[in-house]
Amino acid sequence: MSVHVNISDQPISAPELLKDFESKLSSSGGVVSFSGVVRPDGKDSRVLGLFLQSYSPMTENGVEAAVEQARSRWPLEALTVHHRTGEIRTGETIVFVATASRHRRAAFEAADFLMDYLKTEAVFWKKEITEAGDVWIEPREQDYQDNQRWQQSETN
Amino acid sequence: MADILYFGRLSDVTGKPFESVDLPSDISHARNLRSWAEARFQAEGMFLEPTVRIAINGEIVDDAHPLANANEIAFMPPVGGG
Repeated sequence: MSVHVNISDQPISAPELLKDFESKLSSSGGVVSFSGVVRPDGKDSRVLGLFLQSYSPMTENGVEAAVEQARSRWPLEALTVHHRTGEIRTGETIVFVATASRHRRAAFEAADFLMDYLKTEAVFWKKEITEAGDVWIEPREQDYQDNQRWQQSETN
Repeated sequence: MADILYFGRLSDVTGKPFESVDLPSDISHARNLRSWAEARFQAEGMFLEPTVRIAINGEIVDDAHPLANANEIAFMPPVGGG
């Protein structure tokens, strides 16, 4: 099982990360990747970028724990999580998650689970930098509901 | 002397992300920190919100947690990345 977690202020190139991820696989039949990209449209005005704060090492420890959960729940051959901090401009990639497994379902679900964790539990604070000023963004109710699905399915 | 960190929208209210403070001696538990910060920054209740969590020395604690040996205190509004 190969695991890679990276949290840094350096740019993310999703195509390069995916190529590298796939090149190291030997037994997987399904690879899922997700890229989160900074959207140009904000709630009220045009978004120029985001500013992401983290709290080291709490942020890293939390992501590592979520990765451990994913490993114990799904039979994965490999998993990678990259998340940016600092200033990120519109159109740039803020997060990249990839998972690989023998069959597709485990890869889809593990990637979905990790993204829900990153959206609602990972220790980041996110500020939208817009033409009309800066505004801190917190998770939406929908994000919390999405994350809740994994707790429900655990008790079934 | 304790380092106090104000994350996310809290730094807009405090005007700074961080400060080093000699806390008054009557602040013995995490819950006292809330009212202390609230009064210090006239934060309109922001520090009293239950969704604003407190971490001491890198661990999230509840309001009843004692402050002994608190070198680093963080006020954490709701988190989320991605």
